[in-house]
Amino acid sequence: MAPSFSDPLVELRDLTFGYGERVILDGVSLTVPRGKVTALMGASGGGKTTILRLIGGQNRAQKGELRLYGAGGDHVDVGALDQEQLYAARRRMGMLFQFGALFAGLSVFENVAFPLREHANLSDGMVRDIVLMKLNAVGLRGARHLMPSEISGGMARRVALARAIALDPELVMYDEPFSGLDPISLGTAARLIRQLNDSMGLTSVFVSHELEETFQIADHVIILANGKVAAQGKPEDVRKSEDPLVSQYVHALPDGPVRFHYPGPTVEQDFGVAPAPLVPPSRQGAWS
Amino acid sequence: MSWYRPSDVGFSLRSQLADLGLGARLFVRLLMLFGRAFRRFGLIRDQIHFLGNYSLAIIAVSGLFVGFVFGLQGYYTLQRYGSAEALGLLVTLTLVRELGPVVTALLFAGRAGTSLTAEIGLMKAGEQISVMEMMAVDPVQRVLAPRFWAGVIVMPLLAAVFSATGIIGGWVVGVLMIGVDAGSFWSQIQGGVDVWQDVGNGLIKSVVFGFTVTFIALLQGYEAQATPEGVSKATTRTVVMASLAVLGLDFILTAMMFSL
Repeated sequence: MAPSFSDPLVELRDLTFGYGERVILDGVSLTVPRGKVTALMGASGGGKTTILRLIGGQNRAQKGELRLYGAGGDHVDVGALDQEQLYAARRRMGMLFQFGALFAGLSVFENVAFPLREHANLSDGMVRDIVLMKLNAVGLRGARHLMPSEISGGMARRVALARAIALDPELVMYDEPFSGLDPISLGTAARLIRQLNDSMGLTSVFVSHELEETFQIADHVIILANGKVAAQGKPEDVRKSEDPLVSQYVHALPDGPVRFHYPGPTVEQDFGVAPAPLVPPSRQGAWS
Repeated sequence: MSWYRPSDVGFSLRSQLADLGLGARLFVRLLMLFGRAFRRFGLIRDQIHFLGNYSLAIIAVSGLFVGFVFGLQGYYTLQRYGSAEALGLLVTLTLVRELGPVVTALLFAGRAGTSLTAEIGLMKAGEQISVMEMMAVDPVQRVLAPRFWAGVIVMPLLAAVFSATGIIGGWVVGVLMIGVDAGSFWSQIQGGVDVWQDVGNGLIKSVVFGFTVTFIALLQGYEAQATPEGVSKATTRTVVMASLAVLGLDFILTAMMFSL
């Protein structure tokens, strides 16, 4: 049973989405509480990034409703918006893509300035001040002149984060912000998500596979499996879950409800013989 | 895909029609974005610089060599009939009416068209198009439209450069090297080339080729699969489709212009 929140920002109600006959999300219901940090976890291909894309209106669900709430409790169904309404809804969001997706031809400064120049009619001086403030928040004020090809992957994601918050959105979505980062960058990214959420009054949703960092910074954890919500709640409650699937994920077990072997013919069917022992009988005991 | 199974043929046909529909919708959108694109002329100016300036060298050098060859071939043919003084007119009419627009469009497809396709395709592969959409910025308006209108503007200018350098090439070979009379060379051009009939025809062709080549390049980039292989295939398709479209349209336009 999904916990109810008095002040949700996003709510998925019985949402179904798939590509052709392949179902990714099967009647998923979940809530992203306003002002909190929500983590989406689960095995690869489980539909975490799809949820972010559905919230951003990049994909549309085949069934169900995706509500984006306003300050007064009013809401819109993101899946039913036309392009103009969708763009209006997206101005309330910022999204950090997995590898930053910086504009390769623009400097760090111009990347962060891009949404300001497109949407806000500000003087150059004002744009400069805002960009430097945002870059300062992610610790890269000094890197403003560099090009994306001159910065590391971790820095690129911080620049992308500064760009995502340039227009002071209500909701920031992060698609695997920790993947491929070294421990220092990973810790920095995790702290940034938490700090920015609290200092700017944001609502944050992030997709992650890093258990420790996620459980440290998240207020609310949702674990997806087989197209459904397997568990959700506070990090400590999810960690203690006795659900076999959640337990396998949280304790990183190689086999369990999520099988190690992809379904297919048996070994006997493929090779026509019983599986051979790893050590030939003649060599057994040779090491003992 | 097997041609004897109606379901496969139907699926293929439906996919082709869907692609055609997508292309047609994008083309109409780009035309309708004329006003908005020109309101931010700085974006078009940057693309004119990128597409035009960087294509200038290959266009000018190619024009010069084509002019050299026409000088030689033209003289060889004309002197048989004792009309070597008409060399300037022959070179100019061939370049302005036909080869200028066509060869420029083919070179533009190879130099700037591939660059446009690869740029848009890589932006797509690097999620830069998606990130723009998530920022509520329309990529067709912000990225495609300035490039499209810049291509349309640049093509006739490059064709003019091609024809001009070609005429100079013809003059170098005909007048300086072979010894055709310089006065005859230039006066034949002055008297024989009609601004509306000849230069106008060439201009119309190059504008049509500008629309065609730039649109094909942008469409292929925008519809490219977001993988290195997808971008590579899209780039190849740009050259093949744009070249065939230019040659096919050239025949149609020439036939129409002769019938007028």
